[in-house]
Amino acid sequence: MVINPYPTQASRMIRKQVDLKYLFKPSTMAVVGVSTSQDNHPANVIYNKNHLRYPVKTFPVNPKGGFLNREILYPGVGHIPEDIDMAVIAVRAEVVPKVVEQCIKKGVRGAVIISGGFAETGNLKLQQRLVDMAKEASFPFVGPNCLGIYVPDYMDTFFLPGERIIRPEKGNIGFVSQSGGVLVDQMVKFASQGIGISLAVSIGNKAYIRETDMLDFFDQDLETKAIVFYIEGFEKKEGRKFVKRVEQCSKPVVVLKAGKSKKGIEAVSSHTASLAGDYRVFSEIMKQYCVAEADNEYELTCFCEALSCYSKGIKGNVGIVSLSGGHGVIAADACELYGISIPKIERQTMDTIKGKLSPEIRDIVSLANPLDLTGSSVDSDIVTAARHLSRDKNIDCIIALLIPYSPGVSTDIGAKLSQVARNERKPMIAYVPNEDKYRIIIEGFELNNIPVASSVEGAVMMAKALTRCRPC
Amino acid sequence: MLEKDSKKIIENSKSLGWVLEPDAKAIMKLQGLDIPDFILTNSFEDADTFFKNCNGPVVVKAVSKKILHKTEHHAVVTGIFSSDHLKTEMARLLKLDGCENILVEQMVQGLEIIIGAKNDFQFGPVIVFGIGGTSVEIYNDTAIRMAPIKPGDVLSMVESLKAGQIIKGYRGKAGVNMEILTNLMVNFSLFVMELENDLESLDLNPVICTKDRCVIADARIMLQVS
Repeated sequence: MVINPYPTQASRMIRKQVDLKYLFKPSTMAVVGVSTSQDNHPANVIYNKNHLRYPVKTFPVNPKGGFLNREILYPGVGHIPEDIDMAVIAVRAEVVPKVVEQCIKKGVRGAVIISGGFAETGNLKLQQRLVDMAKEASFPFVGPNCLGIYVPDYMDTFFLPGERIIRPEKGNIGFVSQSGGVLVDQMVKFASQGIGISLAVSIGNKAYIRETDMLDFFDQDLETKAIVFYIEGFEKKEGRKFVKRVEQCSKPVVVLKAGKSKKGIEAVSSHTASLAGDYRVFSEIMKQYCVAEADNEYELTCFCEALSCYSKGIKGNVGIVSLSGGHGVIAADACELYGISIPKIERQTMDTIKGKLSPEIRDIVSLANPLDLTGSSVDSDIVTAARHLSRDKNIDCIIALLIPYSPGVSTDIGAKLSQVARNERKPMIAYVPNEDKYRIIIEGFELNNIPVASSVEGAVMMAKALTRCRPC
Repeated sequence: MLEKDSKKIIENSKSLGWVLEPDAKAIMKLQGLDIPDFILTNSFEDADTFFKNCNGPVVVKAVSKKILHKTEHHAVVTGIFSSDHLKTEMARLLKLDGCENILVEQMVQGLEIIIGAKNDFQFGPVIVFGIGGTSVEIYNDTAIRMAPIKPGDVLSMVESLKAGQIIKGYRGKAGVNMEILTNLMVNFSLFVMELENDLESLDLNPVICTKDRCVIADARIMLQVS
């Protein structure tokens, strides 16, 4: 191998470019700080689960060396005989810079620093030292003070025993969270709603890798369709940088903001300053740049499910198909609350639908929007209504409220309606109660990429998500 | 670019921390924005001549470095229709704390709106728009956008207000001239970007809007304390 001792300007530039793929999709991983005596030490939990359950090749490191469960315990990252893509560092805060130095020397391409004891405890200097070292060497790291990275079926640096957490399946949501706890909690909610994740990162103190870096990464990542952030706050002018980056991003972006309440009542000198509190400014600017801001965790889950299926925005003119008058009314109320309109359907649409309905229900249905097909309707009536509502030019999204206990509804209804949505090319959102008994209907939709809400309100929230992404 | 004279005014106001109303309006005028005809004086005779030339009501305001919030100090009188009234109010205002001069302005009538700006910690300069007047905090009907704004943002701000219909025209009443309003706001947002390093917050409140004009009736620029 020829090593050029005098790198050119160009080759130096290439070396300086930070590529996050080694950090998020590594082939080899070192876990630094593995204990020989404590099985529940974070580093041990991380080492064990990656070593035993994931395809990433994992090496344990502890200065004492020796063996751990018959595997070699390396005294330093430099002792590992293979190239290392990324390191998980879970040692005492004051030792972290030394470990990072060793990683840089070894040519490791990035790290997750789990350790706490930095800016969050007032130790700003130590954190800055770390950042300076890493920036100088173009050595990206996640954290410190974080859970790190979770990639379904691939790697997991969360120091939570595998059997204790509920993991969502592989999917297309990229999740970035300032809080590890909120991320784990949200993963539970995603799992129960069948929402999959491409990559989840807890960025902790976000000393090096911050929200905007993750936007860059996810925008390029082929496995991610929608990008979600849990944000507590930005640094000075960082919000501006973030929305400017969102403007260039080709994928829908969702945020959940915490820290909305006013911190005390500050004396403000102008009307504008008192009208434009921190949270209002945040929220209005997210709207301006087509970021879908979820009001709460429940809405976040709905937004993610909708945007993992559809990435194109709608104006928000929904057509509602229901098998019960009550469900239609509840949906209409929710639409008003969330700023979704339920336009009148055209005469021609009504006539076409009426002509094709089963004779038994033709005279008892309510041909309006919401369209109430009554509990006597059968699959073909629901399919007809959805098909022709989709063709109405006033409608840009269908909400199908399915009551699976209605006797005329078959278990195939999910698959049948999915076919309508595919053919008519208008987004469809379904409501089916989230019960094991109705799983086959839910899967009929979900396997065909139609989002299913577990409440009527949730279905409307999904439509709201589509109104909040481009074009807004 | 910020006009040379505007820069000078800002520099000279830094020790006070805010820009006096006549100076703030002078900056707006240099920026090409519409302000009412005015005279700055402490002489009743000059004020009276101005009043008579106006052919209509005037507003008088105390100009004092010690009075930031004029309404609370009863330092603004609107709807002056006679020389006698002008004389008594001028005499009263001149006795207020720190008042050396009186701003006498032509009184414009129309819909009162607020156009403001704030240098936000996370986002930098932002523009606030809403129904104006002295009770803005009570109505709190405002829209916020990151500066600089585009013409499309102005329309979306108007439409997002509860009172949006009043601005657009309601029950046979003429609305605000949207073209003038849009120019004003886009222009203002560009100006705010220029002022970014010195600005804390800025109120144009009220801006009086009619179907022909959008006139800045009061302006207050708060500067960053370095």
